[in-house]
Amino acid sequence: MIIIFCTGLIICSLLCLYRIGRGPTAADRIVSIDILGIVTVGFCAVMTLVTKQDFYLNVALAWALLSFIGTLALAKFLEGRNFDD
Amino acid sequence: MTELFGYILISIGMLFNISGCIGLVRLPDVYNRLQAATKCVTLGTILLLAGAALAVGSGAIAAKAGLCAVFILITSPTAAHAIARGAHSAGVALTDKSIIDRYAEEK
Repeated sequence: MIIIFCTGLIICSLLCLYRIGRGPTAADRIVSIDILGIVTVGFCAVMTLVTKQDFYLNVALAWALLSFIGTLALAKFLEGRNFDD
Repeated sequence: MTELFGYILISIGMLFNISGCIGLVRLPDVYNRLQAATKCVTLGTILLLAGAALAVGSGAIAAKAGLCAVFILITSPTAAHAIARGAHSAGVALTDKSIIDRYAEEK
């Protein structure tokens, strides 16, 4: 069962990686990076089923925070502004 | 029984995740991809976290999974809004089939 879940999440990650490599504009790549971060949080949730411990959810919380901040920084960079205004 | 319900929730969330990522690949322009991918993957990941919390059945895991779900529910639309605004300001074109652009009219 966990093998099926991991296979589904790996398929999601490969689709995101396809869009990162192929995407015509920079905005496509930023969207894909955002989605890849959220898929990784789901991966941490599935890994919790394997270990029955809660440390992967700490990883998931930190990953969601860093992915959000990175996406905001990239979106601001896309808008043509610097990081300090 | 609770564990079975958790696995069912994880399966539904996995379907949402895969359909969102297929939308990320198949749809024509940035805004459509953003719409499909953000909504589907947010709901799918929240269902994954809820299913994992139910399947393991521990209090600490449920608390952390709930915190993570609330956090994703807040941050994902914010990031999508920022990306859409940035893409529109950077001049990324809409697809040919789109009929109206309210944001460009309002500016």
